[in-house]
Amino acid sequence: MTRYDLAIIGAGPAGMAAAATAAQAGLSACVLDEQPRAGGQIYRDVERAAGLRGDVLGKDYTRGAPLVAGLRAGGITHLAGAVVWAIEDGFRISYTQGGAAAQIEAGRVLLATGALERPMPLPGWTLPGVMTAGAGQILLKQSGVLARHAVLVGAGPLIYLIAAQMVRAGTPPLALVETQTRADMLRAMRHLGGALRGWRYLLKGLGLMAEIIRARVPRYTGAKEVVIEGDGRAEAVSFQSRGRRHRIACDTVFLHHGVVPNTQAARSLGVGHAWNAAQHCFVPVRDAWGQSDVPGVFIAGDGAGIGGAKAAEIAGRLAALKLAEETGHLSASGRDDRAAPLRAALSVELAARPFLDAAYPSYAGAIAPADTTVICRCEEVTAGDIRGYARIGCVGPNQTKAFGRAGMGPCQGRYCGLTVTALLAEANGQSPDDTGYYRIRPPLKPVTLGELASMDGAGPEAAG
Amino acid sequence: MKPAFLDLDPDARRVPVRFAGETLMLPEGANLAAALLAAGVTVLRHTPVSGAPRAPYCMMGACFDCLIEVEGTVRQACMMEVAEGLEIARPHEGSAR
Repeated sequence: MTRYDLAIIGAGPAGMAAAATAAQAGLSACVLDEQPRAGGQIYRDVERAAGLRGDVLGKDYTRGAPLVAGLRAGGITHLAGAVVWAIEDGFRISYTQGGAAAQIEAGRVLLATGALERPMPLPGWTLPGVMTAGAGQILLKQSGVLARHAVLVGAGPLIYLIAAQMVRAGTPPLALVETQTRADMLRAMRHLGGALRGWRYLLKGLGLMAEIIRARVPRYTGAKEVVIEGDGRAEAVSFQSRGRRHRIACDTVFLHHGVVPNTQAARSLGVGHAWNAAQHCFVPVRDAWGQSDVPGVFIAGDGAGIGGAKAAEIAGRLAALKLAEETGHLSASGRDDRAAPLRAALSVELAARPFLDAAYPSYAGAIAPADTTVICRCEEVTAGDIRGYARIGCVGPNQTKAFGRAGMGPCQGRYCGLTVTALLAEANGQSPDDTGYYRIRPPLKPVTLGELASMDGAGPEAAG
Repeated sequence: MKPAFLDLDPDARRVPVRFAGETLMLPEGANLAAALLAAGVTVLRHTPVSGAPRAPYCMMGACFDCLIEVEGTVRQACMMEVAEGLEIARPHEGSAR
């Protein structure tokens, strides 16, 4: 079994930057990523797509190309299409690549597993034709596939970004159905002073908005009671806005109300997590270098708390500096000297966050869905089911599995976990921290017996 | 009816793929879930619980709603690439449907 100083899970901005910095310092780094080409979701397929559609996707996308190129440096092994399904103490990492299972060993692990779309359970959100806004972007970035008749529903900067990209590509969305209210914006104003240090983000937002308005894309704000209608597939979005009920016929609905850390791998390693009220999600416990409360396990990027691609890149470099110091490749003073400008840049990157979090909060109707709304897509468990379990004594997410299989389907709770925690916390009058989250165990992704049987180096010698 | 999705790259080399008993010409090497959507496929599977139709949702390997059956193994369409001669079925529905 090949042994590396450092295993990095995920080849997005945090993972790629960490690999480059670690290798430069002299560490051997292995980057495992489940996609066929590096970039993560934000820079997905950037080396191929930048040339084809760079004008549509914009500079913030094409700037990922040098990071991907950096993975070809000496000292870095990039395992593409490698689906990690177990990380065990020591560390031994099991993955599937090209239909066969394999393992590597590493002295330390950096989790750079990024974000997931915040689950947005609405009536009709399981219908074909309903996708995450992130999925809409992935279709455009990787495949050049665009929805012809789409409505964007929710809140947050990503809604404006994908709307502007769709305008540039010649298929503007039919409408933006935005769930944030004027009151949210007023509350956000007290963060505006601090946000001005992150003025580039605010300016970019205004530019996107101008593109959307020029294209005459209708915007509805303060939307509530949002329902996706359709028989067998999405056919329309209906909602209440400014005292009136609206209905917009469409083929595709893109949902978005923020992204949340993908914590599956960190949780499987026993890393502690705490509730972040501003971002309304759990974030892993870690220090200023990204070191978690499990020795040898570091976390960088959106998987450690949402900060965006540039913040992720910086966090990846900071973690790599600490790792280089710990492994004797860098002195403590050398580490700190190189970290200082990175920390200054990170604070600028994060300056606009409190403003954005307050101005575009998660949609209340999806945080506390109606009883009949499906919240666990895999096992088709409703919000009413979860509230019913609470009434008969269910206090935590792990218990809901025994009551009704929520979180036990193939997605392993990725798209219902936060909803189940929120529903139980509300029903039982407990905090999200006291309510907790699903216990996550390997395999993190399904692995077949055939893949296991083909495991290279699985004999007793390698196991010992 | 026009497919819900527009393909910006209609000139890509296409190869035959069988999906639920039908032959589709899909761009070689493309993301399989994206290629099926662009080809006008709206339903990839039916849920084992209620039989409800499902289609790609997250496109990043996390939601498992785009499950398909290839050579007897259930896999995520969004984590696969189009290859000539793929035989795809809706999971547990057999290749003829």
